[in-house]
Amino acid sequence: MRTLYQFHGGIHPPTNKTQSNQTPIKQAALPSKLIIPLHQHVGNNARVMVEAGQHVLKGQLLGAPEGHLSSAVHAPTSGTITAIDMQPVAHASGIPDLCVTLIPDGRDEWIARESCCDWQGLTHTELRHRLRQAGVVGLGGAVFPSDMKLYAHKHKIKTLVLNGAECEPYITCDDLLMRERAAEILLGVEMMRALLYAEEVLIGIEDNKPEAIDAMRAAVAAGKHERMEVIAVPTVYPGGGAKQLIRVLTGIEVAAGVRSTNLGVQCFNVGTAYSAWRAIHHGEPLISRIVTVTGNVGHPQNFEVLIGTPMDELVAQADQLPDTSGYIMGGPMMGVLMPSMQVGVVKATNCIIAASSKLFPKAAPALPCIRCIRCADVCPAELQPQELYWFSKAKNLDKAEDYHLFDCIECGACSYVCPSNIPLVQYYRFAKSEIWAQEAAKKSADAARERHEFRESRIEREKREKAEKLAAREKSAVEARAQAPLQPAVAASNPDADPENTMQLKIQIAIDHAKEQAAAIKPKNTEQLTPQQLAEIADIEARRARIHELAKDTSDGQP
Amino acid sequence: MPGFFSPFITRPVSVSHIMLNVLLALIPGIALYVWFYGPAILVSLTLASVTALATEALMLKAQNKPVTPCLKDNTALLTAWLLALSIPPLAPWWMVVVGTAFAISVSKHLYGGLGNNPFNPAMIGYAVLIISFPVYMTHWLTPNGLGEVSLSFLEQLNYIFQGVLPDGVKLDAITMATPLDTLKTQLHLNGQIKDILDMPIYGRLAGIGSEWVAAGFVLGGFYLLARRLISWHIPVAYLATLFITAGIFHLLDPAHYVEPMFHWFSGAAMLGAFFILTDPVTSPTTPRGKIIFAAGAGLLTYLIRAFGGFPDGMAFATLLMNICVPLIDAYTQPKIFGKKGAQS
Repeated sequence: MRTLYQFHGGIHPPTNKTQSNQTPIKQAALPSKLIIPLHQHVGNNARVMVEAGQHVLKGQLLGAPEGHLSSAVHAPTSGTITAIDMQPVAHASGIPDLCVTLIPDGRDEWIARESCCDWQGLTHTELRHRLRQAGVVGLGGAVFPSDMKLYAHKHKIKTLVLNGAECEPYITCDDLLMRERAAEILLGVEMMRALLYAEEVLIGIEDNKPEAIDAMRAAVAAGKHERMEVIAVPTVYPGGGAKQLIRVLTGIEVAAGVRSTNLGVQCFNVGTAYSAWRAIHHGEPLISRIVTVTGNVGHPQNFEVLIGTPMDELVAQADQLPDTSGYIMGGPMMGVLMPSMQVGVVKATNCIIAASSKLFPKAAPALPCIRCIRCADVCPAELQPQELYWFSKAKNLDKAEDYHLFDCIECGACSYVCPSNIPLVQYYRFAKSEIWAQEAAKKSADAARERHEFRESRIEREKREKAEKLAAREKSAVEARAQAPLQPAVAASNPDADPENTMQLKIQIAIDHAKEQAAAIKPKNTEQLTPQQLAEIADIEARRARIHELAKDTSDGQP
Repeated sequence: MPGFFSPFITRPVSVSHIMLNVLLALIPGIALYVWFYGPAILVSLTLASVTALATEALMLKAQNKPVTPCLKDNTALLTAWLLALSIPPLAPWWMVVVGTAFAISVSKHLYGGLGNNPFNPAMIGYAVLIISFPVYMTHWLTPNGLGEVSLSFLEQLNYIFQGVLPDGVKLDAITMATPLDTLKTQLHLNGQIKDILDMPIYGRLAGIGSEWVAAGFVLGGFYLLARRLISWHIPVAYLATLFITAGIFHLLDPAHYVEPMFHWFSGAAMLGAFFILTDPVTSPTTPRGKIIFAAGAGLLTYLIRAFGGFPDGMAFATLLMNICVPLIDAYTQPKIFGKKGAQS
């Protein structure tokens, strides 16, 4: 028996998983249209590769990865592109984004696929390239491009953690995937292990999924996978958060802003491993995923869904009940209320909960905080949520940062237990966004200041150069005159009367003046820095960079 | 429609639910109180409750805050009960009203209402009363069977509301100083602990009757611990400090310093350990902070009892430590996930 570790806090909300995990994964019907956002991953938007009116085949590239951190987007079926425009998308921001609208032709005709029966024959660079081109991203919710996480690291990766915990209530897509496609998940994991040179693979599954645990164990045995262990972890939310699962399985705590790879661990979701395998072995890009459809529906279940499928068309297949008022994407703890019921399924869509006021009654009005610290008791990041609440509410943002605001993973456990019904996580999101806004404002102010200073110095330099040029010209004129035939002696005895001498004096004054001006330009406080100051600046820059990275990666630890 | 932002679910435990449980946990102590001293305490509990609710409603109304949801949170009732349990049951009615009204209006609402008061309102009420009306605050009832006379419930009511005693009965016949007070007075008169404790008002550990009421509060405290409504830090640190300090003095000079168990079961020690110091609003939030806070209160309680001007030190110890809470919290922030190494 392996020793498991604990993380602090956590909660036990009703799991509500049995509604949807009783029937096998069903292939969802081909929808009437697909709305495919070009930005479904962390990183740069994909570059549009098609145009409206064009006919595309299943698996054809719609958007190519752009820049270092990006991923590809493909046509989930064959059909015609009718529009490439801004549409509401399945994202927390609620801001419309660029989408490709595809009307299926019903033939579901594949493009030529580059399958590969022996991935070991490919170089690691080639494998990563193929994963990137296939649009494989983290399917646990973070949608981080997987190829970026599969570099052999300068710190040796000891443990590859495979996340099958699925701690959020209602969601069962990973459960069903592990039950039905365990062998392929493990083949994907072997490939990931090879890319990372990881020694061991630990597969963490919460103990409320005995069927999945059995299926995965059987697959490990059948596939003769070595140094690979399926471990039942206690069911406690947010035990499926990457940081929490790593802690439980290895005892290692990955702090905010630290890459787990620096500590010798890398973590992937089971669905990602499966998609990686399909991409390499079958040449299938990521064009579909398993989605749990549950909540206010007659037949909660899991579907294999094409990316881009309008949510209402999908939920209808599970018999949506009439009093449904909206869709939550994800679980009830960290999910996002969709801006419209017609948004397309994206790579991050693990679950759609049809919501009704009966299922999720409106919370009672918030009362004052009584400092009962139930929030601190359940916080998996071991923060003091009651203090963060206080500082966020007072907009005391420096203090909020001092109290580790950015270590908050927004799991919602604090809000869940708060007896005063305070929407704590909302306060933290607000404080974080305020800080980011301030950072951005500061950055643009810095840029403006730099521009201004540059302009000032340019003007001064131009003035100086002009003066020097003038001086030089007049000096050469004097010299030219000096080489000219000697002047009468009388003139020399009366220098005041000599126009040449007067001129020389003027020149001297002009030169002195220019010199004075040059000296008057004080060095900027950004010049002539001591090494200590330079180090300090580097420190500050690093911290700022980290915050920005965190801003991008907040969803990284999503359970 | 559900809320717009996650989490969309919450645990159905509310502030009023928590406070109701704390009120319930007081019941064993109150029951024993009635058993040993008669039903007068129920009168002051009722009086205090009505005053607290009325004051709370008035204050909420004056601030244009929603009245009903706040009244239902049961926090005013808890303040009322804790105050009523801290003052003599035979105290005249207006004292209960003044103390409670002051506690709710000034020490709670003028500081911003629930969650914002730096001081424990019940202890502020107590402090106001003991400073303003010290004589009335010594009119503790004699346990049943110990006094020369015992009053019927009606006679008690008559005294509370009209200050009238039955013919021929003197106040001294039905009231007495508390065991802590008696001990203090007797020690001043150069009595020896051994002899003092032989007086009829003392029982096995402390005062007859009052030791049982304290035991009732312990029982309630265990209920709070079992339901995880309070954590162990404050009661354990408080009682341990009180015990150790009293123990040291007792060992050094047994003739003049009473044994630690006496301190545990006298006065408001048990009520304070489980119900007063544990008030979340006015106590620290960090585990280490709670321990420092409660240990400080334990030490102060002992020092006031043994060397101060008041027989019991619980209330002033609480208030003095309440002042330190923001400081304690600021200096006892625990290390967070992933940053438990030397550098964060």
